[in-house]
Amino acid sequence: MSSNQGKLKPSSSELDLDRPNIEDYLPSGASIQEPHGKLRLSDLLDISPILTEAAGAIVDDSFTRCFKSNSPEPWNWNVYLFPLWCFGVVFRYLILFPARAIVLTIGWIIFLSCFIPVHFLLKGNDALRKKLERVLVELICSFFVASWTGVVKYHGPRPSMRPKQVFVANHTSMIDFIILEQMTAFAVIMQKHPGWVGLLQSTILESVGCIWFNRSEAKDREIVAKKLREHSQGADNNPLLIFPEGTCVNNQYSVMFKKGAFELGCTVCPVAIKYNKIFVDAFWNSRKQSFTMHLLQLMTSWAVVCDVWYLEPQNLRPGETAIEFAERVRDIISVRAGLRKVPWDGYLKYSRPSPKHRERKQQSFAESVLRRLEEK
Amino acid sequence: MGNTSSMLTQYDIEEVQQHCNKAFSQQEIVSLYERFCQLDRNGGGFVSAEEFLSVPEFAVNPLSLRLLRMVDGLNFKEFVAFLSAFSPRATLLQKIEFIFKVYDSDGNGKVTFNDMLDVLHDLTGQFISENQRKQVLTQVLGEAGYTKESLLVLSDFVKILGSSGFKMEVEVPVD
Repeated sequence: MSSNQGKLKPSSSELDLDRPNIEDYLPSGASIQEPHGKLRLSDLLDISPILTEAAGAIVDDSFTRCFKSNSPEPWNWNVYLFPLWCFGVVFRYLILFPARAIVLTIGWIIFLSCFIPVHFLLKGNDALRKKLERVLVELICSFFVASWTGVVKYHGPRPSMRPKQVFVANHTSMIDFIILEQMTAFAVIMQKHPGWVGLLQSTILESVGCIWFNRSEAKDREIVAKKLREHSQGADNNPLLIFPEGTCVNNQYSVMFKKGAFELGCTVCPVAIKYNKIFVDAFWNSRKQSFTMHLLQLMTSWAVVCDVWYLEPQNLRPGETAIEFAERVRDIISVRAGLRKVPWDGYLKYSRPSPKHRERKQQSFAESVLRRLEEK
Repeated sequence: MGNTSSMLTQYDIEEVQQHCNKAFSQQEIVSLYERFCQLDRNGGGFVSAEEFLSVPEFAVNPLSLRLLRMVDGLNFKEFVAFLSAFSPRATLLQKIEFIFKVYDSDGNGKVTFNDMLDVLHDLTGQFISENQRKQVLTQVLGEAGYTKESLLVLSDFVKILGSSGFKMEVEVPVD
């Protein structure tokens, strides 16, 4: 995730067409009952409802809440709890962490010593090579999960692997992908990252099939939509895993799903992921930490405990638009994972809301003024 | 931010409370401080306009730019004082005074026809023409006994709005 420095820019109008009417969700300050009667000076000067909405947003707003890290309550305030906690820290950093680092290193050695030969020597024999690479990627992901002492409980019948199927899940951190990948080799669509992560993306993940996008490029969306469609139609491509929120959210809320995954003409299999925050807060707050720091934090915690639910595959219903389909699936996932839904587009982390929303408010006020002017 | 330990001392809290004329309880001030720190992402001790506008609910408000002029760059104490008009403990006069300040952009204690026209423009956008706006404003001003040249002061606002009985309150979430 590119760091969020520098000015926010107004969102491109393409992004707006995705969203249903947020006014249906927003708390409208002083539940604006339609004022009646002749227009008076006090009506024009009384801007209190709008000011109340603005002040309400300053004091608390549902968008910021989605990206708030949940640091666990400190429990070491006490004479005997403090030494216990210190002991815990020592254990975690000096015993657990090195042990995990060793496990991870061993995993990488095994993986690379198998992957590199397979990749280069079996260049001619594609089917076998792909199969082996798939297994190897699942293997290295299992090593990763082991390096955080990941306790992952999978629920629900895993949908059988068929063509014309995509998987969608709520997004909390990049580890979501690793946790799901250790069970099934998915192809994934991700933001291209810099650094070592980017290197991994271009070499290893290429082998399971990956699609890159670039948030900051407006035209990118069409290109990506095309790639998604091509991939999902292909018979022997790995099933696609898509995170329709488009950004990491803190596992307490869910932001709006982008409709891209829902208009491919495929069955959508929802997957819900919920982390147990008693053990660690798995939310990757990309504004606060780099991915490396995030991984280190996980490796020095006690465990990563989470539940993964494979939910019933859904199809587009007749007469349903892609946006309605996306919202319906979001509902299914949010209910299962205990997430609260908010009406915001995750990309508002990187850009400002479109003027359309403000204009809607202006229009309704203008109409009410003109209407009441006529009344006697 | 997730910063559960407030860095405010009891003394700081009392000082802020005094400054806002006890509009908020001590617990509310602690909550407001957490919120302030959450908004102040670069830790500069004040919330910049960019940081306010990154709250989408605020950015879509028609009066956001006007309010930004009043709230941009305030430190925490002034931030709480700014919000004090929205406390349920604030008096009607304080609320009317806040509204007056929103209109009186040059802060000279007088609201002109153009000031009112500007706010009306913010509220209605491109959905009413400039001429229509002038017409509407002149008409309602006339009916209330003012003219285009009238300069309204706070007591005028009190007279006009005092009887509307409006509610202008926000609730500060307290854990």
